[in-house]
Amino acid sequence: MTKAVNDFIIRFANVNGTGSASANYLFAKAIFRMGIPVTPKNIFPSNIQGLPTWYEVRVSEKGYLGRREGIDILVSVNPQSMAQDVKSVKPGGYFMYDSTKKLPAPYFREDIHYLGVPMMEMSNEAFSDPRKRQLLKNIIYVGALAKLLNMDYSEIEKLVGEQFEGKQQLIDANIQALKLGMDYVEANFQYPLNFHLERRNLIKDKILVDGNTACGLGAVYGGATVMAWYPITPSTSVAEAFEHYCEEYRTDPETGEKRFAIIQAEDELAAMGMVIGANWNGARGFTATSGPGVSLMNEFLGLAYFAEVPAVLVDVQRTGPSTGMPTRTQQSDILLAAYASHGDTKHVLLFPATPHECFEMTAESFDLAERLQTPIMVMTDLDLGMNDHISEPFHWDQKRKYDRGKVLNAEELEHIGRFGRYLDVDGDGIPYRTYPGTHPTKGSFFTRGTSRDEYAAYTEDGAAYKRNMDRLMLKWETAKKIVPKAHLYQKENKSEVGILFYGTSTFSAEEAKDIMEYNEIMVDAIRIKAFPFGEEVVQFIHSHSTVFVIEQNRDAQLRSMMIMELDTNPAKLIPILNYDGMPITADAIKNQILKHLNLENTQHHELSKTAL
Amino acid sequence: MSYLKPLFRHPKLPKNKLGYTQKEYEGSLSTLCAGCGHDSISAAIVQACFEMSVEPHKVAKISGIGCSSKTPTYFLGNSHGFNSVHGRMPSVATGASMANKDMVYFGVSGDGDSASIGMGQFVHVIRRNLNMVYIVMNNGCYGLTKGQDSATADQGSRSKAGSVNPFQAIDLASLAIELGATFVAQSFSGDKQQLVPLIKAAMHHKGFAFLNVISPCVTFNNNPGSTKSYDYVREHIEATSTLDFVPEMPEIKTNYEKGKSTRVAMHDGTLIQLNKLATDWNPEDRVSVANALQHARTKNEILTGLLYVNTEWKDLHGTLSTCSTPLNKLKEDKLCPGTEALKEINAGYR
Repeated sequence: MTKAVNDFIIRFANVNGTGSASANYLFAKAIFRMGIPVTPKNIFPSNIQGLPTWYEVRVSEKGYLGRREGIDILVSVNPQSMAQDVKSVKPGGYFMYDSTKKLPAPYFREDIHYLGVPMMEMSNEAFSDPRKRQLLKNIIYVGALAKLLNMDYSEIEKLVGEQFEGKQQLIDANIQALKLGMDYVEANFQYPLNFHLERRNLIKDKILVDGNTACGLGAVYGGATVMAWYPITPSTSVAEAFEHYCEEYRTDPETGEKRFAIIQAEDELAAMGMVIGANWNGARGFTATSGPGVSLMNEFLGLAYFAEVPAVLVDVQRTGPSTGMPTRTQQSDILLAAYASHGDTKHVLLFPATPHECFEMTAESFDLAERLQTPIMVMTDLDLGMNDHISEPFHWDQKRKYDRGKVLNAEELEHIGRFGRYLDVDGDGIPYRTYPGTHPTKGSFFTRGTSRDEYAAYTEDGAAYKRNMDRLMLKWETAKKIVPKAHLYQKENKSEVGILFYGTSTFSAEEAKDIMEYNEIMVDAIRIKAFPFGEEVVQFIHSHSTVFVIEQNRDAQLRSMMIMELDTNPAKLIPILNYDGMPITADAIKNQILKHLNLENTQHHELSKTAL
Repeated sequence: MSYLKPLFRHPKLPKNKLGYTQKEYEGSLSTLCAGCGHDSISAAIVQACFEMSVEPHKVAKISGIGCSSKTPTYFLGNSHGFNSVHGRMPSVATGASMANKDMVYFGVSGDGDSASIGMGQFVHVIRRNLNMVYIVMNNGCYGLTKGQDSATADQGSRSKAGSVNPFQAIDLASLAIELGATFVAQSFSGDKQQLVPLIKAAMHHKGFAFLNVISPCVTFNNNPGSTKSYDYVREHIEATSTLDFVPEMPEIKTNYEKGKSTRVAMHDGTLIQLNKLATDWNPEDRVSVANALQHARTKNEILTGLLYVNTEWKDLHGTLSTCSTPLNKLKEDKLCPGTEALKEINAGYR
């Protein structure tokens, strides 16, 4: 039997609402504390209590953080999903189950190992309170796994102590449950399994955190003072994180006065309206939502674009269309967001791939919104937003100042002559604005969604309207120069084939690139961080004969935007897609690329000239 | 077009405490129909702000879409204005107010803008008791799209084209009281003497001040059979009170008969004196006000005046405990927790 040290996948099959999340998190965090790269993913139903839920943990010594197919160890504590769970284990893998009840005969397979642990029975014997019995049953399997996988028990013990600090009774109960699991394994099984863990020092100063927390914190650091939102999965925890950190860092300890205002709006339309009102009046305001919310906010996004009001929107994308699969991930709001609202509109999008970038890009989005006087949408997704990811730590330069953009104060208004709100003074398409209340007689203007001239006066003059629309395009050109640049993985091209990706497709794309390189298939790579696309993106596409565009939606949305925005031949942009609601895997990417290249080989001989 | 404004101003025009003439409070030329009730309301706003010596730039005017929502261009030309999207003025006003608590917010809306497309936002801005003046210029029809019935058109009211409205009307004043609006007044665009003090009192109210102003549409809803025509309103109006707004007056000299007059002290120390006309009505008692409105409705009367006022409830800033400095004045030092705090936060995720 091959040994797999620090390289396997374990999946927990639980019932939603039974307290399994904290036990599973304890398991994943202990591995993280052992210095080993780990990626946990919650696969949960749109339900509060009762339906099946899974928690998948990938352990990867090489540091691959994307999802991988194939389950090596399955921990089954949900009879509802047991039939499908048994089938999901890879040949040679393990199936751990609650042996309080006998496993039905149809669930036995010849090609996997069974580990029966009487979790419920042990929990019932040890604890009297029904709720505790339920919760600690989960801790018993963590104890069993600790032994089976050679986990560092001291790390688990420490984590339990941190989690229940000050509640000694709970700590004792959890430790007791852990020991029950460990003792049972010691008495009944050979351990460790061939899949197991060995302490490493691969984590360094990295952190384990979810993207939504990072976005909320980024908004605190970025100086947001007004947040308006409407509850929607998977974005709700952005608001919760913002509130949590504001309460901690922006509340006067003596007076209780708050340097922020958070409003749970009546719907997403109102949430966006509040954000626009706040930004119009000189505060940094933002909202967080998901696809259905962005659909509703289209009207206001069009207003903000045309009236040139800054706004920040964090879109934690989920599986659409319509209500879709609310608890599954996708990158399928890209087109909607990029061209939101009627008429000629274009919006700036940012694509974070890690919690570190969620923090940084959310903070930066306020600078960009005020610099460009337009909405900025941070396009994250459920996978990044709601799952813990290993990430570079958050970083902030103490000297960093907010870029409040072109805003005239009372003194400046005294000296500039006639103020024209929509006058392009600097030739970059960005006009100057004033906050309400700045000057008694100068600088006031009327903001409107109707057409206006350079001095903000209503007009239906076609020439004035066109001048304004053209200036907005000039501003778009300015945006290209200041949004985050794409990341190139090579200094010079090494292949005629390139791969292009963004957001959460990054981890699996990087892994696929490694796998292909291992098989001597060289590809160049670029990671897009923003829309509009910068010159480096144009260069990358032009300098490769084939570019695989990897994304998680059905319609190859980013590819469509490249065709629309860049002077490029659609035939050279090959879509590599995944849209089943689960995060894309390296195997899926690699297999699609190889399939395409083989097909190409049979049809076009010239491709053999490439490094492939 | 309503009227033409002469550019010439008499040098001896009266000035207010700030040294401004009424001219400083006017806006651009109205493009509404001649005789439109909305222009009278705009004029009342100008007069109220002038007389109260409000600094024009400390006022923000926010509106939705429709004839009424166009009016912010026609008053307070030195104030910032925001003509937003249809039915969404309340949310924009909410955000604006959160950004800067030190300004006066005028929300201007119409019956289409508030009672139909914007009903959700109207209801929720009341719930939050946002500190603003919310004026509905209520003409019972969609003027800008040529006279369709709106949701405030009375059942049985006849349109200019002759059709009879089969649906029940939404009574915005009753609704506002039911929802807990803390200042509810009703008036008529043709009654400036009542309207000006009402606007002044509304501006001094710390919380949501709602003014439902019947404002006839001369072009599409001023015909016989309409219940929002000038003639009909004049015949059916029933004032609850005459009202004096008394700014910063420590002592009221006027005599008033006990039981017939009542005074309400506002947050900022100003007083409203109401000389009651309706006997069984108490402006600080929601039940009494709701009853008075229902009774008036059964008699086809339009009850006007300050209907209800509540100075006890916190406005939204109070509920959220926001700091005294407006949020839009805070800088990095008050907003950004800094690098040391971030080190601790990072440590918490290890």
